[in-house]
Amino acid sequence: MSTKINLTLKVWRQKNAQTPGHFETYQARDIDTDASFLEMLDVVNASLEREGKEPIAFDHDCREGICGSCGAVVNGQAHGPERETTLCQLHMRKFRNGDTVTIEPWRAKGFPLIKDLVVDRSAFDRIIAAGGFITVRTGQAPEAHATPVPKDKADWAMDAAQCIGCGACVAACPNASAMLFVSAKVTHLNVLPQGQPEKTRRVLNMVAQMDKEGFGNCSNHYECEAACPKGISVKNIAKMNRDHLVASIAG
Amino acid sequence: MTSNGLDSKTPSGPMAEKWTRHKFDMKLVNPANKRKYTVIVVGTGLAGASASATLSELGYKVKTFCIQDSPRRAHSIAAQGGINAAKNYQNDGDSVYRLFYDTIKGGDFRSREANVHRLAEVSVNIIDQCVAQGVPFAREYGGLLDNRSFGGAQVSRTFYARGQTGQQLLLGAYSALMKEVTAGGVTLFPRREMLDLVVVDGRARGIVVRNLLTGKLESHAGDAVLLCTGGYGNVFYLSTNAKACNVTAAWRTHKKGAYFANACYTQIHPTCIPVHGDYQSKLTLMSESLRNDGRIWVPKNPEDKRPPHEIPEADRDYYLERKYPSFGNLAPRDISSRSAKEQCDAGRGVGPTRQAVYLDFRDAIERLGKDVIEARYGNLFQMYERIVDDDPYKVPMMIFPASHYAMGGLWVDYNLMSNLPGLHVLGEANFSDHGANRLGASALMQGLADGYFVIPYTLSHYLGSTKLEPVDTNHAEFKKAEEEARARIDKLLSIKGKRTVDEFHRQLGLLCWDKCGMARDEKGLKEALQEIPAIREEFWQNVTVTGAGEDFNQSLEKAGRVADFLEFAELLVTDALHREESCGGHFRVEHQTEDGEAKRDDEHFAYVGAWEFKGVDAAPELHKEPLVFEEVHLATRSYK
Repeated sequence: MSTKINLTLKVWRQKNAQTPGHFETYQARDIDTDASFLEMLDVVNASLEREGKEPIAFDHDCREGICGSCGAVVNGQAHGPERETTLCQLHMRKFRNGDTVTIEPWRAKGFPLIKDLVVDRSAFDRIIAAGGFITVRTGQAPEAHATPVPKDKADWAMDAAQCIGCGACVAACPNASAMLFVSAKVTHLNVLPQGQPEKTRRVLNMVAQMDKEGFGNCSNHYECEAACPKGISVKNIAKMNRDHLVASIAG
Repeated sequence: MTSNGLDSKTPSGPMAEKWTRHKFDMKLVNPANKRKYTVIVVGTGLAGASASATLSELGYKVKTFCIQDSPRRAHSIAAQGGINAAKNYQNDGDSVYRLFYDTIKGGDFRSREANVHRLAEVSVNIIDQCVAQGVPFAREYGGLLDNRSFGGAQVSRTFYARGQTGQQLLLGAYSALMKEVTAGGVTLFPRREMLDLVVVDGRARGIVVRNLLTGKLESHAGDAVLLCTGGYGNVFYLSTNAKACNVTAAWRTHKKGAYFANACYTQIHPTCIPVHGDYQSKLTLMSESLRNDGRIWVPKNPEDKRPPHEIPEADRDYYLERKYPSFGNLAPRDISSRSAKEQCDAGRGVGPTRQAVYLDFRDAIERLGKDVIEARYGNLFQMYERIVDDDPYKVPMMIFPASHYAMGGLWVDYNLMSNLPGLHVLGEANFSDHGANRLGASALMQGLADGYFVIPYTLSHYLGSTKLEPVDTNHAEFKKAEEEARARIDKLLSIKGKRTVDEFHRQLGLLCWDKCGMARDEKGLKEALQEIPAIREEFWQNVTVTGAGEDFNQSLEKAGRVADFLEFAELLVTDALHREESCGGHFRVEHQTEDGEAKRDDEHFAYVGAWEFKGVDAAPELHKEPLVFEEVHLATRSYK
């Protein structure tokens, strides 16, 4: 059954990228433990607005864990303490009455800050634009059953394709590496028969764009996998590295 | 005042040949001329992303706008269950004609036949296209595609990617879009919100948007505008829609002259997690696919306080199976939702609020084993447990209906063009294909049909047959639209009242849910028509919007959207009040059979009700498009 709890929040406030930021302390009172983390922030924001103060800016949209809009580092963990959970699906029953909760934005060179907890993740779009697709125009497609796809390959592709592009992997990585994100898309397309013709250029172009965006390298900390709300495996990074090596030799 | 003059431009000829013939009859644009046209696409859900990609592939210059930080986040991403297509891979009697028929019947005979037939025809191409893009649909061990059944159908024609079909289809369309960004055909404008449509010489020629990062207004001119901005389910405040889903783009367009059709056809989805607190910001859908294996029931005795697993079979009422033996738990959404409401109204609701019914997997787990159920619905069960803190493998889920989808929308003709020339409306934002009730797994089908396979032809026809003078953003109409948008923003910021935007939205939502939700009557609707303007008036005097206009300002974004919902809600109620019949998602208490089923009135209401804006405080004017049924005989819908 739900109860009410009180929390002390330390929230990163920053007007914009040009202005230095700081932690601000807020009291979150009478928070229902059945509320989601974002609903808790709604409650705090409503009281700020009633006082004529600017609410805490944070990205969010679907609030069911699939759009990838939301995310913040909560007590040092991307998306908070619950595994395989986006911030919007984290519920307040995971906290205790009297807890202090620190809330910070994703911090990475590749994700410039916009305001408070909002960062610019457009680098991910540019990485996809570099090769995260299969070149097929509308109308060109053959009959769907023309190419059977072995079930294990289809399942593997689906495991990787579940990535929601939230950026938690980057935020959790000590090197701010985007390799889990990039490898998830490379794997999704490179294991499918439909993705074979562009396999080589896909991995080369996407990795080149990733480097250009200022993301760091993978040094096997596996923090990305631990933070990923969709449980995307670091095996995808190994697969991408293999594909990249083969492509580099072949290319 | 009403008129009967709306021309749907439906082609003549036999139903099955209309689209093929029409494709031949339509004008084409020469490949070398296509790059001279600029097409503005607003929204990057399935309809907007697929249209942008396809038009760019054809050679048009495309400018694509979305409200999110990335086009990949549009709310199509949240669709769980699947997408229908008449492939008949299961050899179970499906065909284009059956999908067409099921959709017409499912829509309670309030959709336009020719559109629906076209939808069924192109459904098969969608699957081919998505597979070629690398969409990882579920497959069988032989490597071929798997299907499942969905509400309102007796065949298995639904293709799916676990419980994330919308996500995978949207990521497919998004990848095609990003491919075209790289190819140079599409210019992307994320974090932009459309605030107005610009009409020059009677034609849609551009838009005014607010850059949500800087708060600055921007004008964009083009040769045609495609609105792919989704539905208005958030008018109820609590809904399964994403928080940013809104009616603003559609509503401002309506105020510029585009007719709004069938607003009262709202879909209340039967399987959502029930409301549990007043802090709640949204409702979460549990895919309808759960009804394939879950059985819906309530205790027979309202006083039965035993935990569900202690209630024996004899004391349970599997009311859908009892009332609709041939469809059982797979009855269409409108019927299932209304039945749940009926049970709760009769006091048989369960859970702390008594506004819920059980969705029980006990029998399926016994029959198939936990592993099979986990493979089918694992991610949904996990989501449920996370939100409710109950384990659905052990305890039945509790579900209740919630606002989910808008069948109504901007009126379009067969070519997806509004009465306002040059303005095209795709996907959920238009009214066209689902009549008064949408069947499961049909929204994804329609969004992609419109974007991939319909608009490329019909837009070419418009551009190829229209003489368009050059227009740029220095035109007085752009300046005027910008000034109006700016004045509105300044006004919102100047009120500095006492109540938050969300408080007003919640108040409006509750009112619409009570008076214009799953059941409506004349008295309630008339009361709503009194109350909505009063809320609106208070909003413009007492809302508090903090921050500055030319800044990243989420309070201001919300305020603009709620201001439009406060106007739109009146149209929703007006349409519901005028439609003196029950059909699909529109249930008028006065119009029901003895056993409580919806009673249509084909003699007086077999038409599309398209409303013309006449001013915020003036009554809108009704235009009728008569619905002519050439193929399917009007019949009382029965799922018994």
